[in-house]
Amino acid sequence: MDIKLREVEYSYAAGTPFERQAIMDVTFTIPSGQYVAIIGHTGSGKSTVLQHLNALLRPLKGEIEIGSRTIAAGRKGKKLKDVRRRVGIVFQFPEHQLFDETVEKDICFGPMNFGVSEEEAKKRTREAIGLVGLPEEVLGKSPFDLSGGQMRRVAIAGVLAMKPDVLVLDEPTAGLDPRGRQDIMNMFATLQKKNGLTCVLVTHSMEDAARYADKIIIMHKGQVYRTGAPRDIFSDADSLTNVGLDIPETVRFQRMFESHLGHPLDKVCLTPEELAAEVSRLRGEMT
Amino acid sequence: MKEKVISIKGVSFQYPDQEAFALRNVSFDVYKGEWLAIVGHNGSGKSTLAKMLNGLHYPSEGTVSIGGYALIEENVWLIREKLGMVFQNPDNQFVGTTVQDDVAFGLENNGVEHSAMQERVFASLEKVGMTAFLNQEPHHLSGGQKQRVAIAGVIALRPDIVLLDEATSMLDPLGREEVINTVRELNENEGLTVISITHDLEEASRADRVIVLNEGMLYTEGTPERIFQLDRELLNLGLGVPFAVQMSQLLTDAGLQLSRRHFNEEELVKDLWTLNFEK
Ligand SMILES: Nc1ncnc2c1ncn2[C@@H]1O[C@H](COP(=O)(O)OP(=O)(O)OP(=O)(O)O)[C@@H](O)[C@H]1O
Ligand SMILES: Nc1ncnc2c1ncn2[C@@H]1O[C@H](COP(=O)(O)OP(=O)(O)OP(=O)(O)O)[C@@H](O)[C@H]1O
Ligand SMILES: [Mg+2]
Ligand SMILES: [Mg+2]
Repeated sequence: MDIKLREVEYSYAAGTPFERQAIMDVTFTIPSGQYVAIIGHTGSGKSTVLQHLNALLRPLKGEIEIGSRTIAAGRKGKKLKDVRRRVGIVFQFPEHQLFDETVEKDICFGPMNFGVSEEEAKKRTREAIGLVGLPEEVLGKSPFDLSGGQMRRVAIAGVLAMKPDVLVLDEPTAGLDPRGRQDIMNMFATLQKKNGLTCVLVTHSMEDAARYADKIIIMHKGQVYRTGAPRDIFSDADSLTNVGLDIPETVRFQRMFESHLGHPLDKVCLTPEELAAEVSRLRGEMT
Repeated sequence: MKEKVISIKGVSFQYPDQEAFALRNVSFDVYKGEWLAIVGHNGSGKSTLAKMLNGLHYPSEGTVSIGGYALIEENVWLIREKLGMVFQNPDNQFVGTTVQDDVAFGLENNGVEHSAMQERVFASLEKVGMTAFLNQEPHHLSGGQKQRVAIAGVIALRPDIVLLDEATSMLDPLGREEVINTVRELNENEGLTVISITHDLEEASRADRVIVLNEGMLYTEGTPERIFQLDRELLNLGLGVPFAVQMSQLLTDAGLQLSRRHFNEEELVKDLWTLNFEK
Protein backbone atom coordinates (compact mmCIF):
# COMPACT_ATOMS: atom_id res chain seq x y z
CA MET A 1 0.00 0.00 0.00
CA ASP A 2 1.70 3.19 -1.20
CA ILE A 3 1.02 6.48 0.54
CA LYS A 4 1.22 9.63 -1.59
CA LEU A 5 1.05 13.23 -0.44
CA ARG A 6 0.33 15.89 -3.05
CA GLU A 7 0.83 19.59 -2.25
CA VAL A 8 -0.42 19.12 1.28
CA GLU A 9 -0.88 22.18 3.45
CA TYR A 10 -1.98 22.39 7.08
CA SER A 11 -2.44 25.18 9.63
CA TYR A 12 -3.27 24.77 13.31
CA ALA A 13 -6.23 26.80 14.61
CA ALA A 14 -7.11 27.74 11.01
CA GLY A 15 -9.51 30.64 10.71
CA THR A 16 -8.76 31.99 14.19
CA PRO A 17 -6.37 34.79 15.23
CA PHE A 18 -4.04 32.03 16.49
CA GLU A 19 -3.70 30.39 13.09
CA ARG A 20 -0.23 28.96 12.57
CA GLN A 21 0.84 27.38 9.33
CA ALA A 22 2.75 24.18 10.03
CA ILE A 23 3.33 22.60 6.61
CA MET A 24 2.86 23.68 3.00
CA ASP A 25 3.30 22.25 -0.45
CA VAL A 26 4.40 18.87 0.90
CA THR A 27 4.68 16.26 -1.85
CA PHE A 28 6.27 12.84 -1.46
CA THR A 29 5.61 9.12 -1.82
CA ILE A 30 6.08 6.35 0.68
CA PRO A 31 6.39 3.22 -1.44
CA SER A 32 4.91 0.02 -0.07
CA GLY A 33 7.38 -2.08 1.93
CA GLN A 34 10.06 0.59 2.16
CA TYR A 35 11.70 2.08 5.21
CA VAL A 36 11.45 5.87 5.00
CA ALA A 37 13.05 8.24 7.52
CA ILE A 38 11.90 11.83 7.96
CA ILE A 39 14.43 14.15 9.56
CA GLY A 40 14.40 17.89 10.26
CA HIS A 41 15.06 20.39 13.02
CA THR A 42 12.65 21.14 15.87
CA GLY A 43 9.36 22.55 14.61
CA SER A 44 9.98 21.74 10.95
CA GLY A 45 6.61 19.98 10.61
CA LYS A 46 7.48 16.28 10.96
CA SER A 47 4.80 15.35 13.51
CA THR A 48 2.22 17.35 11.58
CA VAL A 49 3.04 15.42 8.40
CA LEU A 50 2.86 12.07 10.22
CA GLN A 51 -0.64 12.74 11.51
CA HIS A 52 -1.80 13.07 7.91
CA LEU A 53 -0.63 9.55 7.13
CA ASN A 54 -3.66 8.01 8.85
CA ALA A 55 -5.98 10.97 8.48
CA LEU A 56 -5.83 12.15 12.10
CA LEU A 57 -5.29 15.56 10.57
CA ARG A 58 -6.96 16.47 7.29
CA PRO A 59 -5.21 18.72 4.79
CA LEU A 60 -6.40 22.29 4.25
CA LYS A 61 -5.08 22.04 0.71
CA GLY A 62 -3.86 19.15 -1.41
CA GLU A 63 -4.59 15.46 -1.00
CA ILE A 64 -3.30 12.22 0.46
CA GLU A 65 -3.66 8.84 -1.18
CA ILE A 66 -3.55 5.98 1.30
CA GLY A 67 -3.77 2.77 -0.72
CA SER A 68 -7.02 3.04 -2.63
CA ARG A 69 -8.40 5.85 -0.43
CA THR A 70 -8.00 9.54 -1.20
CA ILE A 71 -8.29 12.13 1.55
CA ALA A 72 -8.67 15.54 -0.05
CA ALA A 73 -9.04 19.04 1.33
CA GLY A 74 -12.61 20.21 1.70
CA ARG A 75 -14.17 16.75 1.49
CA LYS A 76 -15.61 14.84 4.43
CA GLY A 77 -13.77 11.58 4.99
CA LYS A 78 -16.00 8.64 5.83
CA LYS A 79 -15.17 5.18 7.09
CA LEU A 80 -11.65 5.98 8.13
CA LYS A 81 -11.57 2.93 10.36
CA ASP A 82 -9.92 0.80 7.71
CA VAL A 83 -7.20 3.40 7.20
CA ARG A 84 -6.60 3.58 10.96
CA ARG A 85 -6.31 -0.19 11.18
CA ARG A 86 -3.81 -0.41 8.38
CA VAL A 87 -1.68 2.59 9.38
CA GLY A 88 -0.58 2.48 13.04
CA ILE A 89 1.04 5.55 14.62
CA VAL A 90 3.31 5.62 17.66
CA PHE A 91 3.05 9.21 18.91
CA GLN A 92 5.93 11.40 19.98
CA PHE A 93 4.63 11.50 23.58
CA PRO A 94 3.48 8.07 24.80
CA GLU A 95 1.27 9.74 27.40
CA HIS A 96 -0.92 10.94 24.51
CA GLN A 97 -1.57 7.37 23.50
CA LEU A 98 -2.22 5.55 26.79
CA PHE A 99 -5.56 5.77 28.54
CA ASP A 100 -6.87 2.50 29.98
CA GLU A 101 -6.64 1.28 33.59
CA THR A 102 -4.25 -1.57 32.91
CA VAL A 103 -1.51 -2.15 30.40
CA GLU A 104 -3.29 -5.27 29.15
CA LYS A 105 -6.59 -3.47 28.52
CA ASP A 106 -4.73 -0.63 26.89
CA ILE A 107 -2.95 -2.85 24.39
CA CYS A 108 -6.05 -5.02 23.75
CA PHE A 109 -8.18 -1.98 22.97
CA GLY A 110 -6.77 -1.35 19.48
CA PRO A 111 -7.18 -4.85 18.05
CA MET A 112 -10.60 -5.37 19.69
CA ASN A 113 -11.78 -2.05 18.36
CA PHE A 114 -11.01 -3.40 14.89
CA GLY A 115 -12.99 -6.58 15.44
CA VAL A 116 -10.38 -8.98 16.82
CA SER A 117 -11.69 -11.41 19.50
CA GLU A 118 -10.68 -10.86 23.11
CA GLU A 119 -8.79 -14.12 23.18
CA GLU A 120 -6.79 -13.24 20.07
CA ALA A 121 -6.19 -9.69 21.36
CA LYS A 122 -4.76 -11.06 24.61
CA LYS A 123 -2.52 -13.40 22.70
CA ARG A 124 -1.25 -10.55 20.55
CA THR A 125 -0.72 -8.44 23.67
CA ARG A 126 1.60 -11.05 25.16
CA GLU A 127 3.56 -11.28 21.94
CA ALA A 128 3.84 -7.49 21.61
CA ILE A 129 4.96 -6.97 25.19
CA GLY A 130 7.75 -9.48 24.61
CA LEU A 131 8.82 -7.73 21.40
CA VAL A 132 9.33 -4.46 23.30
CA GLY A 133 11.28 -6.14 26.10
CA LEU A 134 8.80 -5.84 28.99
CA PRO A 135 8.02 -8.65 31.46
CA GLU A 136 4.45 -10.00 31.63
CA GLU A 137 4.06 -8.60 35.15
CA VAL A 138 3.44 -5.13 33.72
CA LEU A 139 0.19 -6.29 32.10
CA GLY A 140 -1.75 -5.81 35.33
CA LYS A 141 -0.25 -2.40 36.13
CA SER A 142 -1.69 1.00 35.34
CA PRO A 143 0.18 2.47 32.36
CA PHE A 144 0.51 5.70 34.32
CA ASP A 145 2.46 4.00 37.11
CA LEU A 146 5.33 3.23 34.76
CA SER A 147 8.61 4.97 34.06
CA GLY A 148 8.92 7.09 30.91
CA GLY A 149 10.74 4.41 28.93
CA GLN A 150 8.34 1.69 30.09
CA MET A 151 5.38 3.82 28.91
CA ARG A 152 7.09 4.26 25.56
CA ARG A 153 7.41 0.49 25.24
CA VAL A 154 3.73 -0.03 26.07
CA ALA A 155 2.73 2.57 23.47
CA ILE A 156 4.81 0.74 20.85
CA ALA A 157 3.34 -2.63 21.88
CA GLY A 158 -0.17 -1.18 21.49
CA VAL A 159 0.47 -0.34 17.87
CA LEU A 160 2.24 -3.63 17.10
CA ALA A 161 -0.75 -5.57 18.48
CA MET A 162 -2.95 -4.00 15.79
CA LYS A 163 -0.73 -5.64 13.16
CA PRO A 164 -0.80 -2.66 10.82
CA ASP A 165 0.56 -2.72 7.25
CA VAL A 166 2.26 0.61 7.78
CA LEU A 167 4.13 1.44 10.98
CA VAL A 168 4.49 5.17 11.59
CA LEU A 169 6.96 6.02 14.34
CA ASP A 170 7.40 9.53 15.78
CA GLU A 171 10.75 9.50 17.58
CA PRO A 172 10.05 6.05 18.99
CA THR A 173 13.39 5.77 20.78
CA ALA A 174 13.22 9.01 22.80
CA GLY A 175 13.31 7.85 26.41
CA LEU A 176 14.49 4.30 25.68
CA ASP A 177 17.70 3.11 27.32
CA PRO A 178 20.60 2.50 24.88
CA ARG A 179 20.14 -1.25 24.84
CA GLY A 180 16.38 -0.96 24.35
CA ARG A 181 16.89 1.56 21.59
CA GLN A 182 19.08 -0.86 19.68
CA ASP A 183 16.84 -3.89 20.27
CA ILE A 184 13.63 -2.11 19.34
CA MET A 185 15.08 -0.45 16.23
CA ASN A 186 16.33 -3.85 15.08
CA MET A 187 12.90 -5.33 15.77
CA PHE A 188 11.22 -2.72 13.52
CA ALA A 189 13.77 -3.40 10.79
CA THR A 190 13.09 -7.15 11.01
CA LEU A 191 9.32 -6.59 10.74
CA GLN A 192 9.90 -4.44 7.68
CA LYS A 193 12.22 -6.93 5.97
CA LYS A 194 10.58 -10.23 6.93
CA ASN A 195 6.88 -9.29 7.06
CA GLY A 196 6.91 -6.66 4.33
CA LEU A 197 5.73 -3.84 6.59
CA THR A 198 6.17 -0.25 5.47
CA CYS A 199 8.04 1.81 8.08
CA VAL A 200 7.97 5.58 8.41
CA LEU A 201 10.37 6.84 11.05
CA VAL A 202 10.74 10.39 12.36
CA THR A 203 14.04 10.63 14.17
CA HIS A 204 16.68 13.02 15.44
CA SER A 205 19.22 10.22 15.31
CA MET A 206 21.20 10.60 12.09
CA GLU A 207 22.77 7.24 12.97
CA ASP A 208 19.40 5.46 12.89
CA ALA A 209 18.36 7.22 9.68
CA ALA A 210 21.67 6.18 8.07
CA ARG A 211 21.50 2.58 9.25
CA TYR A 212 17.88 1.69 8.58
CA ALA A 213 16.32 3.92 5.91
CA ASP A 214 15.94 3.12 2.21
CA LYS A 215 14.94 6.71 1.62
CA ILE A 216 15.27 9.95 3.59
CA ILE A 217 13.05 13.01 3.51
CA ILE A 218 14.40 16.22 5.02
CA MET A 219 11.83 18.73 6.27
CA HIS A 220 12.68 22.39 6.74
CA LYS A 221 10.31 25.14 7.83
CA GLY A 222 7.22 23.18 6.92
CA GLN A 223 8.43 22.11 3.48
CA VAL A 224 10.29 19.21 1.94
CA TYR A 225 13.87 20.40 1.63
CA ARG A 226 15.40 17.30 0.07
CA THR A 227 14.75 13.61 -0.50
CA GLY A 228 17.24 10.92 -1.40
CA ALA A 229 19.04 7.73 -0.53
CA PRO A 230 21.01 7.85 2.76
CA ARG A 231 24.35 7.66 0.98
CA ASP A 232 23.54 10.75 -1.08
CA ILE A 233 21.99 12.68 1.79
CA PHE A 234 24.90 12.06 4.17
CA SER A 235 27.59 12.80 1.57
CA ASP A 236 26.63 16.44 1.66
CA ALA A 237 27.39 17.80 5.14
CA ASP A 238 26.77 21.45 4.25
CA SER A 239 23.20 20.95 3.12
CA LEU A 240 22.53 19.19 6.43
CA THR A 241 24.08 21.81 8.71
CA ASN A 242 22.21 24.49 6.73
CA VAL A 243 18.98 23.10 8.12
CA GLY A 244 20.14 22.36 11.67
CA LEU A 245 21.05 18.71 11.08
CA ASP A 246 24.35 16.90 11.10
CA ILE A 247 26.19 13.94 9.61
CA PRO A 248 26.16 10.65 11.54
CA GLU A 249 29.06 9.90 13.92
CA THR A 250 30.40 7.30 11.50
CA VAL A 251 30.63 9.78 8.64
CA ARG A 252 32.27 12.35 10.91
CA PHE A 253 34.86 9.76 11.89
CA GLN A 254 35.36 8.76 8.26
CA ARG A 255 36.09 12.40 7.39
CA MET A 256 38.69 12.61 10.16
CA PHE A 257 40.35 9.50 8.81
CA GLU A 258 40.28 10.84 5.25
CA SER A 259 42.05 14.02 6.30
CA HIS A 260 45.02 11.82 7.32
CA LEU A 261 44.71 9.78 4.16
CA GLY A 262 44.63 12.85 1.93
CA HIS A 263 41.74 11.65 -0.24
CA PRO A 264 38.18 10.42 0.28
CA LEU A 265 37.26 6.72 0.50
CA ASP A 266 35.26 5.24 -2.38
CA LYS A 267 31.95 5.59 -0.57
CA VAL A 268 30.36 7.21 2.45
CA CYS A 269 29.96 4.51 5.11
CA LEU A 270 26.60 4.45 6.85
CA THR A 271 27.43 2.27 9.85
CA PRO A 272 30.50 1.74 12.03
CA GLU A 273 30.61 -1.90 10.82
CA GLU A 274 30.78 -0.77 7.19
CA LEU A 275 33.54 1.74 7.96
CA ALA A 276 35.65 -0.81 9.84
CA ALA A 277 35.42 -3.17 6.86
CA GLU A 278 36.34 -0.38 4.44
CA VAL A 279 39.38 0.70 6.48
CA SER A 280 40.52 -2.90 6.78
CA ARG A 281 40.18 -3.42 3.02
CA LEU A 282 42.19 -0.27 2.37
CA ARG A 283 45.00 -1.45 4.60
CA GLY A 284 45.05 -4.74 2.74
CA GLU A 285 45.46 -2.84 -0.53
CA MET A 286 48.22 -0.63 0.77
CA THR A 287 50.44 -3.36 2.17
CA MET B 1 37.93 20.04 49.90
CA LYS B 2 34.97 19.87 47.52
CA GLU B 3 31.81 21.41 48.87
CA LYS B 4 28.82 19.07 49.12
CA VAL B 5 25.56 20.50 47.84
CA ILE B 6 23.49 17.33 48.04
CA SER B 7 23.91 14.42 50.36
CA ILE B 8 21.88 11.22 49.96
CA LYS B 9 22.23 8.60 52.67
CA GLY B 10 20.75 5.10 52.63
CA VAL B 11 17.64 6.13 50.71
CA SER B 12 14.92 3.64 49.85
CA PHE B 13 11.56 4.38 48.32
CA GLN B 14 8.44 2.38 47.56
CA TYR B 15 5.44 3.67 45.57
CA PRO B 16 2.08 3.09 47.29
CA ASP B 17 0.59 -0.36 46.59
CA GLN B 18 3.71 -1.61 44.81
CA GLU B 19 5.61 -4.69 45.86
CA ALA B 20 9.04 -3.69 44.63
CA PHE B 21 11.10 -0.80 45.90
CA ALA B 22 11.87 1.83 43.24
CA LEU B 23 15.01 2.90 45.16
CA ARG B 24 17.06 0.65 47.42
CA ASN B 25 19.64 1.88 49.88
CA VAL B 26 21.03 4.60 47.59
CA SER B 27 23.85 6.80 48.93
CA PHE B 28 25.95 9.43 47.17
CA ASP B 29 26.95 13.08 47.35
CA VAL B 30 26.85 15.84 44.75
CA TYR B 31 29.56 18.50 44.75
CA LYS B 32 29.29 22.18 43.99
CA GLY B 33 29.99 23.08 40.36
CA GLU B 34 30.22 19.52 39.04
CA TRP B 35 28.43 18.01 36.05
CA LEU B 36 27.02 14.72 37.21
CA ALA B 37 25.39 12.33 34.74
CA ILE B 38 22.96 9.68 35.98
CA VAL B 39 22.42 6.72 33.65
CA GLY B 40 20.54 3.44 33.98
CA HIS B 41 18.02 1.16 32.28
CA ASN B 42 14.35 2.06 31.90
CA GLY B 43 12.73 1.73 35.29
CA SER B 44 16.01 1.82 37.21
CA GLY B 45 14.76 4.63 39.47
CA LYS B 46 16.26 7.76 37.91
CA SER B 47 13.08 9.84 37.72
CA THR B 48 11.98 8.62 41.13
CA LEU B 49 15.24 9.93 42.54
CA ALA B 50 14.87 13.19 40.59
CA LYS B 51 11.36 13.77 41.90
CA MET B 52 12.61 13.11 45.40
CA LEU B 53 15.29 15.78 45.03
CA ASN B 54 12.52 18.17 44.01
CA GLY B 55 10.43 17.32 47.06
CA LEU B 56 7.74 15.35 45.23
CA HIS B 57 8.55 12.10 47.04
CA TYR B 58 10.02 11.52 50.49
CA PRO B 59 12.32 8.64 51.36
CA SER B 60 10.68 5.60 52.94
CA GLU B 61 14.05 5.11 54.63
CA GLY B 62 17.23 7.19 54.77
CA THR B 63 17.89 10.92 54.56
CA VAL B 64 18.46 13.56 51.92
CA SER B 65 19.85 17.04 52.37
CA ILE B 66 19.96 19.67 49.66
CA GLY B 67 21.84 22.96 49.96
CA GLY B 68 22.03 22.46 53.71
CA TYR B 69 18.31 21.79 54.15
CA ALA B 70 16.96 18.42 55.21
CA LEU B 71 14.38 17.07 52.77
CA ILE B 72 11.22 17.44 54.85
CA GLU B 73 7.92 19.05 53.97
CA GLU B 74 8.62 22.37 55.71
CA ASN B 75 11.71 22.92 53.59
CA VAL B 76 10.26 22.08 50.19
CA TRP B 77 9.96 25.67 48.95
CA LEU B 78 13.46 26.56 50.13
CA ILE B 79 14.78 23.48 48.36
CA ARG B 80 12.95 24.26 45.12
CA GLU B 81 14.59 27.70 45.09
CA LYS B 82 18.00 26.02 45.23
CA LEU B 83 17.27 23.20 42.83
CA GLY B 84 15.42 23.72 39.56
CA MET B 85 14.17 20.69 37.70
CA VAL B 86 13.23 19.98 34.10
CA PHE B 87 10.83 17.04 33.98
CA GLN B 88 11.05 14.10 31.61
CA ASN B 89 7.70 15.06 30.09
CA PRO B 90 7.61 18.86 29.63
CA ASP B 91 3.79 18.82 29.48
CA ASN B 92 3.79 18.00 33.20
CA GLN B 93 5.64 21.19 33.92
CA PHE B 94 3.76 23.93 32.06
CA VAL B 95 1.48 26.18 34.09
CA GLY B 96 1.17 29.35 32.00
CA THR B 97 -1.19 29.81 29.07
CA THR B 98 1.52 31.42 26.96
CA VAL B 99 5.21 30.65 26.63
CA GLN B 100 6.26 33.93 28.26
CA ASP B 101 3.76 33.64 31.11
CA ASP B 102 4.95 30.16 31.77
CA VAL B 103 8.57 31.23 32.17
CA ALA B 104 7.49 34.28 34.21
CA PHE B 105 5.38 32.20 36.57
CA GLY B 106 8.30 30.70 38.46
CA LEU B 107 9.93 34.12 38.82
CA GLU B 108 6.76 35.65 40.21
CA ASN B 109 6.65 32.85 42.76
CA ASN B 110 10.19 33.68 43.76
CA GLY B 111 9.27 37.35 44.24
CA VAL B 112 11.33 38.77 41.37
CA GLU B 113 10.15 42.31 40.63
CA HIS B 114 8.27 43.05 37.44
CA SER B 115 10.80 45.01 35.36
CA ALA B 116 13.64 42.59 36.07
CA MET B 117 11.29 39.74 35.36
CA GLN B 118 10.50 40.72 31.78
CA GLU B 119 14.15 40.99 30.99
CA ARG B 120 14.99 37.62 32.48
CA VAL B 121 12.10 35.89 30.72
CA PHE B 122 13.22 37.24 27.38
CA ALA B 123 16.90 36.52 27.99
CA SER B 124 16.26 32.88 28.90
CA LEU B 125 13.96 32.32 25.95
CA GLU B 126 16.61 33.86 23.76
CA LYS B 127 19.19 31.42 25.11
CA VAL B 128 17.08 28.50 23.90
CA GLY B 129 16.01 30.18 20.65
CA MET B 130 12.29 30.47 21.42
CA THR B 131 11.61 34.22 21.26
CA ALA B 132 9.45 33.75 18.15
CA PHE B 133 6.88 31.88 20.26
CA LEU B 134 6.26 34.27 23.18
CA ASN B 135 2.49 34.12 22.95
CA GLN B 136 1.95 30.54 21.86
CA GLU B 137 0.36 28.11 24.27
CA PRO B 138 3.12 25.79 25.59
CA HIS B 139 1.02 22.66 25.06
CA HIS B 140 0.64 23.60 21.39
CA LEU B 141 4.33 23.49 20.57
CA SER B 142 6.29 20.76 18.80
CA GLY B 143 8.09 18.23 21.02
CA GLY B 144 11.49 19.87 20.80
CA GLN B 145 10.03 23.36 21.26
CA LYS B 146 8.37 22.20 24.49
CA GLN B 147 11.70 20.95 25.78
CA ARG B 148 13.38 24.26 24.95
CA VAL B 149 10.73 26.25 26.82
CA ALA B 150 10.93 23.94 29.84
CA ILE B 151 14.69 24.51 29.99
CA ALA B 152 14.25 28.30 29.67
CA GLY B 153 11.83 28.17 32.60
CA VAL B 154 14.49 26.71 34.84
CA ILE B 155 17.40 28.83 33.60
CA ALA B 156 15.37 31.97 34.31
CA LEU B 157 15.15 31.01 37.98
CA ARG B 158 18.94 30.97 38.31
CA PRO B 159 19.02 28.12 40.79
CA ASP B 160 22.29 26.80 42.30
CA ILE B 161 21.56 23.32 41.02
CA VAL B 162 19.70 22.20 37.89
CA LEU B 163 18.41 18.72 37.44
CA LEU B 164 17.64 17.74 33.86
CA ASP B 165 15.57 14.58 33.46
CA GLU B 166 16.17 13.61 29.81
CA ALA B 167 15.56 17.24 29.01
CA THR B 168 17.04 17.18 25.50
CA SER B 169 15.74 13.81 24.29
CA MET B 170 13.66 15.35 21.50
CA LEU B 171 16.03 17.98 20.18
CA ASP B 172 17.70 17.83 16.78
CA PRO B 173 21.48 17.22 16.84
CA LEU B 174 22.56 20.85 16.59
CA GLY B 175 19.76 22.03 18.86
CA ARG B 176 20.87 19.55 21.51
CA GLU B 177 24.45 20.76 21.22
CA GLU B 178 23.31 24.40 21.57
CA VAL B 179 21.16 23.78 24.62
CA ILE B 180 23.81 21.65 26.34
CA ASN B 181 26.40 24.34 25.64
CA THR B 182 24.15 26.98 27.17
CA VAL B 183 23.93 24.94 30.35
CA ARG B 184 27.65 24.15 30.19
CA GLU B 185 28.47 27.86 30.09
CA LEU B 186 26.50 28.41 33.28
CA ASN B 187 28.25 25.40 34.77
CA GLU B 188 31.73 26.64 33.87
CA ASN B 189 31.31 30.38 34.37
CA GLU B 190 28.86 30.64 37.23
CA GLY B 191 29.48 27.47 39.15
CA LEU B 192 26.05 26.01 38.41
CA THR B 193 25.83 22.40 39.59
CA VAL B 194 24.30 20.17 36.93
CA ILE B 195 22.70 16.77 37.41
CA SER B 196 21.77 15.30 34.07
CA ILE B 197 19.74 12.13 33.73
CA THR B 198 20.37 10.89 30.23
CA HIS B 199 20.33 7.96 27.82
CA ASP B 200 22.70 9.85 25.53
CA LEU B 201 26.08 8.19 26.05
CA GLU B 202 27.95 10.93 24.20
CA GLU B 203 26.54 13.46 26.63
CA ALA B 204 27.35 11.25 29.62
CA SER B 205 30.89 10.79 28.36
CA ARG B 206 31.45 14.54 28.74
CA ALA B 207 30.32 14.66 32.38
CA ASP B 208 32.75 15.04 35.30
CA ARG B 209 31.28 11.99 36.95
CA VAL B 210 28.76 9.28 36.07
CA ILE B 211 26.45 7.36 38.40
CA VAL B 212 24.92 4.10 37.16
CA LEU B 213 21.61 2.97 38.63
CA ASN B 214 20.44 -0.61 38.26
CA GLU B 215 17.14 -1.96 39.59
CA GLY B 216 16.85 0.87 42.08
CA MET B 217 20.38 0.47 43.39
CA LEU B 218 23.54 2.43 42.81
CA TYR B 219 25.55 0.01 40.71
CA THR B 220 28.75 2.00 40.35
CA GLU B 221 30.09 5.52 39.98
CA GLY B 222 33.20 7.10 38.52
CA THR B 223 34.69 9.14 35.70
CA PRO B 224 33.23 8.49 32.25
CA GLU B 225 36.51 6.83 31.20
CA ARG B 226 36.21 4.34 34.02
CA ILE B 227 32.51 3.65 33.53
CA PHE B 228 32.83 3.04 29.81
CA GLN B 229 35.68 0.56 30.39
CA LEU B 230 32.98 -1.76 31.74
CA ASP B 231 32.15 -2.50 28.13
CA ARG B 232 29.99 -5.65 27.80
CA GLU B 233 28.88 -5.41 31.40
CA LEU B 234 27.11 -2.21 30.34
CA LEU B 235 24.90 -4.12 27.89
CA ASN B 236 23.54 -6.23 30.74
CA LEU B 237 22.74 -3.00 32.55
CA GLY B 238 20.66 -1.82 29.57
CA LEU B 239 23.40 0.56 28.52
CA GLY B 240 26.01 0.67 25.78
CA VAL B 241 29.29 2.34 24.93
CA PRO B 242 30.00 5.68 23.21
CA PHE B 243 30.92 5.77 19.55
CA ALA B 244 34.72 5.88 19.90
CA VAL B 245 34.76 2.80 22.13
CA GLN B 246 32.47 0.90 19.76
CA MET B 247 34.54 1.95 16.73
CA SER B 248 37.76 0.85 18.47
CA GLN B 249 36.29 -2.57 19.07
CA LEU B 250 35.07 -2.97 15.48
CA LEU B 251 38.43 -1.90 14.05
CA THR B 252 40.25 -4.39 16.24
CA ASP B 253 37.82 -7.12 15.22
CA ALA B 254 38.52 -6.25 11.57
CA GLY B 255 42.21 -6.94 12.16
CA LEU B 256 43.56 -3.42 12.58
CA GLN B 257 46.17 -2.57 15.22
CA LEU B 258 45.34 -0.21 18.06
CA SER B 259 47.40 0.52 21.16
CA ARG B 260 44.27 0.44 23.29
CA ARG B 261 40.51 0.90 23.19
CA HIS B 262 39.93 4.62 22.79
CA PHE B 263 37.48 6.88 24.39
CA ASN B 264 38.17 9.90 22.25
CA GLU B 265 37.74 10.07 18.47
CA GLU B 266 40.79 12.23 17.75
CA GLU B 267 43.06 9.88 19.66
CA LEU B 268 41.51 6.88 17.98
CA VAL B 269 42.00 8.21 14.48
CA LYS B 270 45.63 9.17 15.22
CA ASP B 271 46.38 5.77 16.69
CA LEU B 272 44.69 4.00 13.78
CA TRP B 273 46.70 6.03 11.32
CA THR B 274 50.06 5.70 13.04
CA LEU B 275 49.94 1.96 13.68
CA ASN B 276 48.39 0.84 10.40
CA PHE B 277 49.04 3.30 7.60
CA GLU B 278 52.08 5.45 8.36
CA LYS B 279 55.25 4.05 6.90
N1 LIG C 1 -1.38 21.99 18.44
C1 LIG C 1 -0.71 22.98 17.83
N2 LIG C 1 -1.23 24.23 17.77
C2 LIG C 1 -0.55 25.24 17.16
N3 LIG C 1 0.65 25.12 16.59
C3 LIG C 1 1.22 23.90 16.62
C4 LIG C 1 0.59 22.77 17.24
N4 LIG C 1 1.40 21.70 17.12
C5 LIG C 1 2.50 22.13 16.45
N5 LIG C 1 2.40 23.44 16.15
C6 LIG C 1 3.38 24.27 15.41
O1 LIG C 1 3.55 23.74 14.10
C7 LIG C 1 4.92 23.71 13.72
C8 LIG C 1 5.32 22.29 13.32
O2 LIG C 1 5.21 21.46 14.46
P1 LIG C 1 5.51 19.90 14.45
O3 LIG C 1 5.04 19.38 15.77
O4 LIG C 1 4.96 19.30 13.23
O5 LIG C 1 7.12 19.91 14.39
P2 LIG C 1 8.17 18.72 14.46
O6 LIG C 1 8.97 18.76 13.20
O7 LIG C 1 7.49 17.47 14.80
O8 LIG C 1 9.13 19.21 15.65
P3 LIG C 1 9.86 18.39 16.84
O9 LIG C 1 11.08 17.75 16.24
O10 LIG C 1 10.26 19.46 17.80
O11 LIG C 1 8.89 17.42 17.41
C9 LIG C 1 5.72 24.26 14.92
O12 LIG C 1 6.11 25.59 14.67
C10 LIG C 1 4.75 24.19 16.07
O13 LIG C 1 4.94 25.26 16.98
N1 LIG D 1 3.70 6.54 39.89
C1 LIG D 1 4.21 5.31 40.02
N2 LIG D 1 3.55 4.35 40.70
C2 LIG D 1 4.05 3.11 40.84
N3 LIG D 1 5.23 2.71 40.34
C3 LIG D 1 5.95 3.61 39.64
C4 LIG D 1 5.47 4.96 39.45
N4 LIG D 1 6.39 5.63 38.72
C5 LIG D 1 7.39 4.74 38.48
N5 LIG D 1 7.13 3.54 39.02
C6 LIG D 1 8.00 2.34 38.98
O1 LIG D 1 9.18 2.62 39.70
C7 LIG D 1 10.34 2.14 39.01
C8 LIG D 1 11.31 3.28 38.75
O2 LIG D 1 10.70 4.20 37.85
P1 LIG D 1 11.44 5.54 37.37
O3 LIG D 1 10.41 6.37 36.68
O4 LIG D 1 12.15 6.15 38.50
O5 LIG D 1 12.47 4.93 36.32
P2 LIG D 1 13.53 5.68 35.38
O6 LIG D 1 14.88 5.20 35.74
O7 LIG D 1 13.30 7.14 35.39
O8 LIG D 1 13.17 5.04 33.95
P3 LIG D 1 13.09 5.69 32.48
O9 LIG D 1 14.48 5.63 31.92
O10 LIG D 1 12.21 4.74 31.75
O11 LIG D 1 12.54 7.07 32.58
C9 LIG D 1 9.82 1.45 37.75
O12 LIG D 1 9.76 0.08 37.95
C10 LIG D 1 8.42 2.02 37.56
O13 LIG D 1 7.56 1.07 36.97
MG1 LIG E 1 7.48 16.27 16.50
MG1 LIG F 1 12.64 8.50 33.94
